[in-house]
Formats: sequence, C-alpha cells, structure tokens
Amino acid sequence: MPPAQKKSAAPAKKTSAAKASSGFGGESPEQLRAYYREMQLIRRFEERSAEMYQRAKIGGYCHLNLGEEATVVGLMSAMAPRDYLFTTYREHGYAIARGIEPGRVMAELFGRTTGVSKGWGGSMHLFDVEARLLGGYGIVGGQIPPATGAALAIAYRGPGGPDTEVVVCQLGDATTNIGAWHESLNLAAIWKLPIVYVVINNRLGMGTPVEKAAGEPDLYKRGCAYRIPGVRVDGNDPIACRDAMKEALRLAREERQPSILEAVSWRLRGHSVVDPAKYRSKEEVQRLHDLDPLTAYRKRLIDTGAADAAQLAAIDDEVEAQVSAVVEFADNSPHPTPDQLFAHAYATPVANAPRELPGDPLLRA
Amino acid sequence: MAVITYRQALHDTLRSELIRDPNVFLMGEEIGVFEGSYKITAGLLTEFGPERVRDTPIAEEGFVGAAIGAAMLGLRPVVEIMTINFSILAMDQIVNHAAKIHAMFGGQSKVPMVIRTPGGGGQQLAATHSQNIEVWYAHVPGLKVVVPATPADAKGLLAASIRDDDPVMFIENLALYNTKGNVPDGDYVTEIGKAAVTKEGTDITIVSYSRMAAVALDVAKRLQDDEGVSAEVVDLRSLRPLDRATIVNSVKKTGRAVVLEEDWLSYGVGAEIAATIQEGAFDYLDAPVRRVAAAEVPLPYAKPLELAALPDATALVKVIHETLDATRFRR
Ligand SMILES: Cc1ncc(C[n+]2csc(CCOP(=O)(O)OP(=O)(O)O)c2C)c(N)n1
Ligand SMILES: [Mg+2]
Repeated sequence: MPPAQKKSAAPAKKTSAAKASSGFGGESPEQLRAYYREMQLIRRFEERSAEMYQRAKIGGYCHLNLGEEATVVGLMSAMAPRDYLFTTYREHGYAIARGIEPGRVMAELFGRTTGVSKGWGGSMHLFDVEARLLGGYGIVGGQIPPATGAALAIAYRGPGGPDTEVVVCQLGDATTNIGAWHESLNLAAIWKLPIVYVVINNRLGMGTPVEKAAGEPDLYKRGCAYRIPGVRVDGNDPIACRDAMKEALRLAREERQPSILEAVSWRLRGHSVVDPAKYRSKEEVQRLHDLDPLTAYRKRLIDTGAADAAQLAAIDDEVEAQVSAVVEFADNSPHPTPDQLFAHAYATPVANAPRELPGDPLLRA
Repeated sequence: MAVITYRQALHDTLRSELIRDPNVFLMGEEIGVFEGSYKITAGLLTEFGPERVRDTPIAEEGFVGAAIGAAMLGLRPVVEIMTINFSILAMDQIVNHAAKIHAMFGGQSKVPMVIRTPGGGGQQLAATHSQNIEVWYAHVPGLKVVVPATPADAKGLLAASIRDDDPVMFIENLALYNTKGNVPDGDYVTEIGKAAVTKEGTDITIVSYSRMAAVALDVAKRLQDDEGVSAEVVDLRSLRPLDRATIVNSVKKTGRAVVLEEDWLSYGVGAEIAATIQEGAFDYLDAPVRRVAAAEVPLPYAKPLELAALPDATALVKVIHETLDATRFRR
C-alpha cells in the first residue's frame, strides 16, 4: 500500500488553480473525435429532452447539462468502470457518459418500465447498479453523505492501491454552502476516504450567482478547513477535466487522499427546462453563446487538424439518428401499471406491510 | 433463559451480531472510547477495534448519511444516535434518503442499516432532550420502526433489525435501560411487524408500546389482583408496519380500548390506533376509545411539572375506570 501518511499536519498545499491544457499534445485524433461524439450526443439528448418536456412526454423537474458537456465527458472518461458515481439531479449526461444505454435514460425521463429506475425516479433520480451510478439525487446536498459512506465501505474492505475503487461525488456550486457537504468533508478527511468531490461551478444556483452565495467563491479552496486539497479546472475543456480528474482519482485510489475538483463552466439555459432565465441580459445570453463548449471544441478539432468538417458532420448525423432512436425507444416503452405500486415497498418482506390503495378498507378480511 | 437488563440485552446482541457478520459495524458519537452515552457499547471497541466500532464527530446528518452509503455498498451499519432528539438533525438523510432509495431507484439498491436511538421523558432533561417523536418516522413508508419494551424484545428485535435489508429505526427508551426481564439464550430473532399480547383479558384492551407498554402491563396486573378487572395488553412492538389485526381482534373480544402512549396526544400514535379500532371493531365497541398521552407542552424541567405532563399509571387507571364506568361495568 502506498503510504497514506501524506503528512496531515501540512495545510492543503495542493490547492491551486490549474491552467487548462491548451494544445492537444499526444492525443489520438480518434480519441478526440470520440469525445466530440459523446459531447454532441449529450447536447442533442438534452435538446430533445427539452422538446419532449414541451410535448409533455416528460413531467416533473428536468435539469439539463447544456453547457456542461465538456466537463461531463472529460470527467467520466477518467473514471474506471469499478468506480462509483453519486450525482445531483442534473445528471442525464453523466448517465450516458457512464455508458448507460441512452434509451434507458430517456425512458426514465418518460417514466417507463424500461427506464434505468423503472419509472420510479424520473429525471432527477437516475440509478444503475451495473454502471455504478448510485443515484442522481433531487435534494440539494443529499447525495454527499451517502457518497462519503460508500467511500467508507471501500475503506472498510481494505487499503488503497492502484486496483481499488473510488467514489466520485458530484455537486453544484450552490451546494457548497450546505452543511451536509462540510460534515462530509470532515468525515472524509479524518477517515482518509477514497472520494473525489467534483464541484460543477456553473456560476449559478438557480438564479443566484456564486459570489452572492459563497463566502469563498473560489470553491476549490473550500476544503481548507479540513486540509482537503482542491484544484480548479476549465470545465469547457474536456482534456483538462479528464487529466485533473485522473490525478484526483489517483490521489483517492492510491493515497486515500480525498480532494475537491472544481470545474468551471456556464449553464447555457435556465435552471430547469421551465426556467426562462429572465435574470440574464441579452448581452449575457450572447456571451454564453460564444462560450459554448461544443462550438469551441469543434473549432479546436478543426484548427489542430484532428478532424475535418466532413468528419464532424458525419458524427452529427450519426448522433442525430441515434437520439431519434432513443426517443422512439422511450416512447414505445410500456408505462408501469398500478399493480406494481408496492413492488419495492421493502427489500425484506415484513408482516402487516400496508398495501391499501386510497379508499381501501384498513383491515383485510 | 436468563434475567438481564434491557441495556445488557442490547449490548449482547450488538456483540453477537458483530461476531456473526463481518459486514456489521457500529458507528456513532462517543460509542468507542467513551463506551456510549448509555454504555450500550461498553467493551466493544476493545474487542472489535476502531474500524468496526467507529467513533464519529458530532455530525448527525453526515454520519447517518454515510451509513446509508455504506449500506448501499453492502455493509450493515448500526448507527447509534445519542438520543432521538438529535435524529432531527439527520432527518433529511433518514426521510429523504434512507427511506426512499430502495423504491425510488426501482428496487436496485438496498439500505440495510439500523438507527438505534433512545427516546423518552421523565429524566428531567427538559424540553429538547425528552421527546417522543417516533411517530414522525412511523409516518414514513420505506422505514421500519420498532419500539421494544422488554429485554427479550430488545434482543429479538435488534437481531431482526440488523439482519433486515431495510432501514430500521430501532427506538429505545432511556427509562428502560435498567429494567430487567427474561431473555432467551442463543440466537433469538423476533419477527418485525407483529404486536404481542402480553396479558390476555376480556374486559378492556390497553394498547401501548415501549416504556408505556411496561406501565400498561403493571396496571393490568394490578387491576386483575385488586379489582378483578380483566384487562388485555397489546404491546405494539412495531409502529411501522402496524399490526392492526391484533389490535382489532383484541377489541372485538373486550369491547373497550384505551391507548397509553408517551408521545403528545394530537396526531400521535394513539390517533392511528383509535382510527384502526373504529374502522375494524366499530360494532363491538361499548365505549369511545380513549387515549392517555403526554400533555402538549415542551416538556418542563422542574420535577412536579414534568410529572404532571407525562402519562403514568395513575392516569391510565383513571381512564380505564372512566371507560368501564361509562359502560356500567361492575367492578
Ligand atoms: C435542500 C434543497 N433546497 C432547495 C432545493 C431547490 N433547488 C434545487 S436546485 C437548487 C440550486 C442548486 O444549485 P447548484 O448547486 O449550483 O447546482 P446546479 O443546479 O447549478 O447544477 C435549488 C435551490 C432543493 N432541491 N433541495
Ligand atoms: Mg450551479
């Protein structure tokens, strides 16, 4: 086991604002195009989700990853299949990038039995044991203590090392102000847990700017009180996100050093699909348009010769067809039936478990 | 069979479960070096080490939530929350997460965890440290809520709770820790979700749970000996699920019912019991169902006030008499 005694007496010296990697270095063009494809898939999936919401195919709350595609793809490509992921309710892209069949994600949004959570969770509560996505969570901060506990279970089972598991806990910038995060950071620090807290800083809670909500808006620094190091990365750069994530995962995996990774990006639309984002000015909207990570990445691919316009157009067409099939799959999937209502009441059957529907008599004959 | 205290029964069961299953571990504030606020975990740190008897910081939301995550990965955490009053700080994790994860994710994840915590007033701990808020949890589908009244049930229900794959609120009572009773030896598991008839009778049913079930049983025995009144005592043992059939069957036999509960009256456990009885045994009832519960005030510190606020044997006897008298029962 690599020595985990990274000197707990030293303050968080790793805390630093890392620069985005500018060039493509030794990246293979195939890999770079694969990232593009994944980003485009998430983009189109989310746009179609918004459309399906307008058509009332999707209900409830629906939060999109638009503007966060580079972050999502970069982070997820660094994780190993054995690692666990806990997220917020803004998680469609994570589920897809984690390798879950997008049709099953869309089907969950549609509330169908073929959905990842069999229609029980909806947009905010995607879960898949196989992909080790242990939930999107609709309560702000709710995922953080359980994610920390999952890391505790890993630590309980054995020491760190290159083949061990890590938990990734994703949260939003506004969530850094919730008590559960601070309790969890402290637990992760004193117990040396294999966890990476990824803060997606899209600069806004629902409409409140990060500077108005956080006493220390440099969010990567917020582990200081617990001697948890932090790094800030350009969330519009998938390669930078991937590399920063790799290092954070290595720290957690091999040194059992929890850390914070802050990815900075811009939410391109409202908080959820029903939010018209009136708090944004016309200029701001234009500026965001210019900051679109997909546009930037596409330009970079072409400028560096990693792809030509024809190749990218072909990818776009392929993605378009895939997303149409995804929507079709969801729409053709069965709705759950009311006889399933008590199917998941308890994991261990129990005497006298209530199964009454509204209006049923209390006592069974 | 041996006569031991409720505390000893809990301790011994934790110990034997730790031995039985390496996935079982304990966590909570001051449960290790300090051996627990009420010494339930005495000696366990020495025997099992700090990984399995894990002291936590004072961070109820954090460590209860951490237990949930550990349970999702297959461990079986048994969390001690010093008293039920502090569970309020973990409410989000208990209600929004532990209770929801199995169903909300389509049955893909289990949350096999136990939260042990004592409630109860009468120790002059004043308003914030004397509450009986078990009904808050009993209201929530997805949780199981057990409320053992005897050392035997403390053992049997704790073993059942730890082996159960759902989150269980295991609610103890400060005033029960030193009470003694017969406890079966060896592996002993009591089924969750079933009430116990702890004394049979024909004249009136007393429905109760936890510390008040012990009070009810004492009163019933006394009434039998002193007045020839045959009271039947139903100890609920589990608030969720609730064994409605046992309650109703008893009232069908006796025609009268009184609930004795330590929680506050309005919206309390007794309200649910009374509703169950009126629906299930309306035609058998000779008198209205009465409830003996705590006065609806933040529990005061001063002894005379505290005593006045809490339900007790005297109040129960009074209400039993009133119920019997209302039906011209001769005693
Ligand atoms: C405990 C709780 N309080 C409030 C809300 C309502 N709410 C949902 S999302 C949100 C803003 C969170 O912003 P951030 O953490 O930055 O994540 P983002 O939505 O930007 O991804 C709020 C206030 C909630 N879901 N849970
Ligand atoms: Mg945000």
